[in-house]
Amino acid sequence: MENDSKALLEIRGLAKSFPGVKALQGVDFTVRRGEVHALMGENGAGKSTLIKVLTGVYPRDAGIVRLEGTEIRPTSPKSAEALGISTVYQEVNLIPQLSVAENICLGRQPTRLGLIRWGAMARHAEAALARLDLKLDVKQQLSACSIAIQQMVAIARALDVSAKLLILDEPTSSLDENEVEELFKIIRKLRAEGLGIVIVTHFLDQVYAIADRITVLRDGQLVGEYEAAKLPRMDLVTRMIGKELSQLAPKQTTESVEASAPKREPFVEFRQCGRTGSIAPMDLTIGKGEILGLAGLLGSGRTETARLMFGIDKIQTGEMFVDGKSAAFKSPGEAIRAGFAFTPENRKSDGIIPHLSIRENIVLALQARQGVAKAISRKQQDEIVDKFIKVLGISTPGPEQLVMNLSGGNQQKVLLARWLATQPRLLILDEPTRGIDVGAKAEILKLVQSLGKDGVSILFISSELEEVVRYSERVVVLRDRAKVGELTGSQITEEGIMHTIAAPQSK
Amino acid sequence: MSTAATTTPAPSGRFQKREIRWWSSLLWPVAGLALLLIFNAFFTPNFFHLEVRDGRLYGVLVDILNHGSKVMLLALGMALVIATAGVDLSVGAVMAIAGAVAAQLINKAGVPFPVVIGATLGVAVLAGCWNGLLVGLFKVQPIVATLILMVAGRGVAQLITDGQIITFDDARLTYIGNGSFVGLPFPVWLSMGMLAVTVVLTRKTAVGLFIESVGDNQTASTYSGIRAGQVKFLVYAFSGLCAGLAGLVAASNIKCADSNHAGLFLELDAILAVVIGGTSLTGGRFFLVGSIVGALFIQTLTTTMYMRNVSADVAPVPKALAILIVCVLQSPTARKKMTGFFRRRNAS
Repeated sequence: MENDSKALLEIRGLAKSFPGVKALQGVDFTVRRGEVHALMGENGAGKSTLIKVLTGVYPRDAGIVRLEGTEIRPTSPKSAEALGISTVYQEVNLIPQLSVAENICLGRQPTRLGLIRWGAMARHAEAALARLDLKLDVKQQLSACSIAIQQMVAIARALDVSAKLLILDEPTSSLDENEVEELFKIIRKLRAEGLGIVIVTHFLDQVYAIADRITVLRDGQLVGEYEAAKLPRMDLVTRMIGKELSQLAPKQTTESVEASAPKREPFVEFRQCGRTGSIAPMDLTIGKGEILGLAGLLGSGRTETARLMFGIDKIQTGEMFVDGKSAAFKSPGEAIRAGFAFTPENRKSDGIIPHLSIRENIVLALQARQGVAKAISRKQQDEIVDKFIKVLGISTPGPEQLVMNLSGGNQQKVLLARWLATQPRLLILDEPTRGIDVGAKAEILKLVQSLGKDGVSILFISSELEEVVRYSERVVVLRDRAKVGELTGSQITEEGIMHTIAAPQSK
Repeated sequence: MSTAATTTPAPSGRFQKREIRWWSSLLWPVAGLALLLIFNAFFTPNFFHLEVRDGRLYGVLVDILNHGSKVMLLALGMALVIATAGVDLSVGAVMAIAGAVAAQLINKAGVPFPVVIGATLGVAVLAGCWNGLLVGLFKVQPIVATLILMVAGRGVAQLITDGQIITFDDARLTYIGNGSFVGLPFPVWLSMGMLAVTVVLTRKTAVGLFIESVGDNQTASTYSGIRAGQVKFLVYAFSGLCAGLAGLVAASNIKCADSNHAGLFLELDAILAVVIGGTSLTGGRFFLVGSIVGALFIQTLTTTMYMRNVSADVAPVPKALAILIVCVLQSPTARKKMTGFFRRRNAS
């Protein structure tokens, strides 16, 4: 067995299976002291499983895990923490109603005679934050802090238990650019202190900005370990998805979209539609078969617009027209009957029904529209489900698998199938590619395009400007919960959108 | 269309139909029941003794089915309510109301029998609708909403009976709780019939899917076009109907309406039966046959205590123990620990 003197964590031949799925097979993974190691792979590659085995959430089936040369076998996240392995998860794993200090010290509060020493706790929390060069009022409620600060509080909490290895699972997915830079500063500082840091992320830019080494997994197997500086971006993508990128993303430049922006008949029209506390009154038109992009920063009102259109929130001012007729939806059910469909931004909490099967998840919206009495026969259900599993390439051992066991990309495909089964006229996609690997992303985007060609109108919401620019025929730009501009044709560029967002306010 | 980047493991979908999971969920409650029966086969004399008298089957097993039918009826409604992540604490009280209505009406001259039954069940469904309105429309927490009727319901029953215990001896009404049909007590047929009706109502229509979906993730269900409030309203109304039937059986059994004692604490047995049957209190998947088996388990336990001359005051203790064992057996954590334990023992 090779013996790397600087190795902090050594994993050899790790294996883990779930019913029907070999999640990990013979995976090696080494993290050295003072390095940032990016763990890369598509959804379903086994990153999450690797981390969960490492942190004691799952027991391993086979393989060796050594921390500083001694074999470890954590049985719970807590025992992993005691060994010096701390994790900060994608969804910030804190308690919003508690104070910053309580969150940092939760489970190990300083006590005297069974009573919490609040002063000591606050000082302790401040010290923990100071290590990250962060100074804030630790007595304030966590939910009052921005997501970025919450993220850093989570890191402070993780480091507070004398961590040797820090695992960051998608730490940047809800941060803006400046916040990411802040986070990276902290990561670099910790690296200099000799910590081993594992980072899982889907953002290639960020990987190259921060990682020293990259380990790529695919289908639960090790593809290889590389030095970041010596691995060209193209090679990384190729290794992750196992095929050339050009195969996936159609090289569709400006020509087809720009040249022929056809005159479209309006399908959905907002006439000064708005809602207090949600979004200011605005005009918006989506043509038949048009892909309308909705761009703006986090919190600019993109999701709020979608909720208004889909009948989740009621329109308070103005009027909505569908096919030229006034329509006021009181519930999503009514919107669905008008041919609307909506994949929400937060797949887990608002999209999937986790304990039901893929089949049940897919037929749900169609069945809801048909009503209780007209049950879709099992045979029809199987036909629909088999068709979409094939067409969308949902990777699963079978249609009766529980949706909760699928990877994020496949869950998103199940949601798309749920709506495509209703043959919608308008598809509202709120961040359809968030937290999804490159391959599934390309597939979903390709699908969006082909739907547009089939005459389905699409409201496309994405925080990745590149996607918006590439696929939208027109782009509506939002800022601070109001519409600030509309771009068409050659105006649709990343720069153009950013200019619109940054432009001085007219009022 | 390009295929998914990840290779799909060999599909074994055909072997993973719902039916198989349906049976596997039944494994633990049935195992518990079987264990209890085996114990009785060895240690309780005459437990399996059956005889036919006057064209009717008699024996301990028949008694278990007969006496268990009230909890079985309640468990059917309760299973659906629990599947929507709710609970109905009022079913015992609704039983009392139903008994009171039936007893009052049957003693009134000139009220046709079908009207008596119809009115009784109607009132029970109305009580369920009240719960459904509170939970489905006003979004009151189920435990609080149904607690209101649980507390007030017996008072309502007292109002109906004027605080008296009303006796009756109408042959048709007493048949419901005491009669027999094709050799078996009528309540057994009634509960089996309701099981069939419930299975058809939930599984042959989309109702079951909607209930499970709302219980598992209400937001996502609403976004998919399901009216969560309506679904909840329906299951509480249905639970009211089941409680009405159980109330009829209970009153008919003793030929009187006793507002203070009819169905007392049966809501707890019903919840227990549903949980033993494999339905999670957090909502989602529900198991009707499992709930019936759960109800039978509870009744078998009670009868065993009785036959082994365990004093009524002490009986709840072994009952609680047996239930604890079944519930621990069902806990995935406990099961994992146990299989882990055996695996390690085998390895060493």
